Amino acid sequence: MAIPEHRDADISSGSAEQFVIELCGVSRSFGGPGALERLGLGRGSPVIHAVRDVSFGLRQGEVLGIVGESGCGKSTLARMVAGILKPTAGEIRWHGKPLSSLRGREGKAARLKAQMVFQNPWSAMNPRLRAAEIVAEAPRIHGLIPRGEQDAYVAHHFLLAGLDPALGDRYPHQLSGGQRQRLVIARALAVVPEMLVCDEAVAALDVSIQAQILNMLMDLREKLDLTSMFISHDLGVIEHLSDRVVVMYLGRVVENAEVAELFERPNHPYTRALLEELPRIDGERRPFAAIEGELPSPLNPPPGCAFHPRCPFAMERCRREAPALLPVASGHLSACHLNDMA
Amino acid sequence: MSAKPSKANDKTFRRPGPMLTLVRSFCRSWSARACLAVMSVIVLAAVFAPWIAPQNPYDLAQISMLDAMLPPGSRSMSGMIYWLGTDGQGRDLLSAIIYGLGISLEVGVLTAIFAGIVGITLGLLAAYRGGWVDAAIMRLVDLQFSFPAILVALMLLAFMGKGIGNVVVALVVVEWATYARTARAAALVERSKEYIEAAICLAIPVHRIVYRHLLPNCLPSLIVIATIQIGRAIALEATLSFLGIGVPVTEPSLGLLISNGSNYMLAGKLWVSFWPGVALLVTVVTINLIGDRLRDVLNPRSL
Ligand SMILES: Nc1ncnc2c1ncn2[C@@H]1O[C@H](COP(=O)(O)OP(=O)(O)OP(=O)(O)O)[C@@H](O)[C@H]1O
Ligand code: SF4
Ligand SMILES: [Mg+2]
Repeated sequence: MAIPEHRDADISSGSAEQFVIELCGVSRSFGGPGALERLGLGRGSPVIHAVRDVSFGLRQGEVLGIVGESGCGKSTLARMVAGILKPTAGEIRWHGKPLSSLRGREGKAARLKAQMVFQNPWSAMNPRLRAAEIVAEAPRIHGLIPRGEQDAYVAHHFLLAGLDPALGDRYPHQLSGGQRQRLVIARALAVVPEMLVCDEAVAALDVSIQAQILNMLMDLREKLDLTSMFISHDLGVIEHLSDRVVVMYLGRVVENAEVAELFERPNHPYTRALLEELPRIDGERRPFAAIEGELPSPLNPPPGCAFHPRCPFAMERCRREAPALLPVASGHLSACHLNDMA
Repeated sequence: MSAKPSKANDKTFRRPGPMLTLVRSFCRSWSARACLAVMSVIVLAAVFAPWIAPQNPYDLAQISMLDAMLPPGSRSMSGMIYWLGTDGQGRDLLSAIIYGLGISLEVGVLTAIFAGIVGITLGLLAAYRGGWVDAAIMRLVDLQFSFPAILVALMLLAFMGKGIGNVVVALVVVEWATYARTARAAALVERSKEYIEAAICLAIPVHRIVYRHLLPNCLPSLIVIATIQIGRAIALEATLSFLGIGVPVTEPSLGLLISNGSNYMLAGKLWVSFWPGVALLVTVVTINLIGDRLRDVLNPRSL
């Protein structure tokens, strides 16, 4: 079983040890009253629950795919895993230790272990630094580069990401989209991470380059034994790359299963709708978008099961009661009331 | 400057950095080059005043009361020509203006430096930290903007007394808020970009994120503001000196020269105020034109 049983609150069991990273009931909200508003001066912005009560774990070397429509909280989740955002509730554990309890040197080391590959390579690099400095900055600050070997260190990581080290003196705007994304990857690798979080890592690139970058990421994963989290709109890519898939809807996990299981026996009505939209014959991939009905706003999620306004199987109970994420088969979780009826 | 891709392998070949690109596109306009030339003349004249000015107007040995209030073009007892005339003490006005320019520019630049350091630091901090830090700093900025600048400066100088240092302090107090507001606005835009998130993820220390990543990318709008604020500081200083509470008589700026001359205006001797006024106008207008041109050039679409 690769799924943490966070709901029992105490995860003192030894099973926690096997996860590289483990999320326990993680939530993140934005907005709400600020410092002045709490003093009664003015009104704060409304609260958005971007991620709600998410739990899963990743084992060493595993690739976790995350799918869901735009705005369902995938990027927010990725940022929390990469340590850029702090959860507003719940806990992220790194090799069994809560991230929030790691301070100073240990905390910094843990932060470096999960690195992010961003969707938009245009804005993911400081436009005023040359490529070599972009890669060298963090490892130099953290003392990862042996004295006098910066050039060799940078060249090594350029080559790892498939970049010509001669490009080191260029500015980001003097690189092509593919080269830029390789530079982002080289920068992440330069701090020797254990985990890569790829948030739509190829979505902004030319189709012809997407495959190259994806293949390189998979090679790197093997070569460096990286654990990864892979977010994509492209179910074909997810199916191809992932070991396990988490399906999100409006900030919650609705289904979590091994990739073959999910694509062969999808349980949740939302997952099934997503898969029906995946064209398999002509091989051409397209993002899923057109499930009937609007995606409700995370500002004002529907009560009960958030999917009920669009679900063809919605029942009275779905409007009142939110379904819990429960096992439907070994290593397969789903959050739907239909599973209670059987 | 299309960088030749074939040179990418050449280790010694350095691509032009953003700064060089900036200078090149700035100079593309004819009027910008003209402004730059005028400004260079002004700055060089001010810096090298002791060597350029026909006389040292504050060396009592060089001036003579007998030459007082001579109109432009008059010849002195010693045969030197007063191109712009003389003032009530018999000083060569051209020399006084050249020396006065230096003091005006000094006040403008010092104000920009100190107001910039204070304002930009607070603005970046507000944007980076957000929350109550942001709220507190921005309320202070609002407070600053709600008082007329000249009034605040007048009150401060009335309290502190005359002097270049005091004028700079007063001007810093009235100008820091502009820098803070601009820095915050620019930093908020930059902060939302992913390279800042990447820096956080790479555990780069906060001070380095702010000064190495955030600040350089906010610099375009800050350079524009700083230029225009130098012009504003010079004009404000002239106003304060004209009102008699700015710089002391021993260090006369353009404003003080105008003030001195205004006593003779009714007597029809306009040149004593007129020429320092022209110098002030040309300086401030040139600085503003350069600021406007920088604004155009630094617009991301034109880079
Ligand atoms: N910094 C923020 N402040 C306020 N709201 C935010 C912030 N970041 C994200 N949100 C909100 O949280 C929700 C989830 O956003 P998120 O970016 O995680 O979605 P996503 O699944 O990555 O979408 P996409 O596929 O479009 O990238 C959205 O409604 C978004 O508006
Ligand atoms: S709980 Fe109800 S509304 Fe939600 S997916 Fe299942 S059947 Fe549909
Ligand atoms: Mg996203």
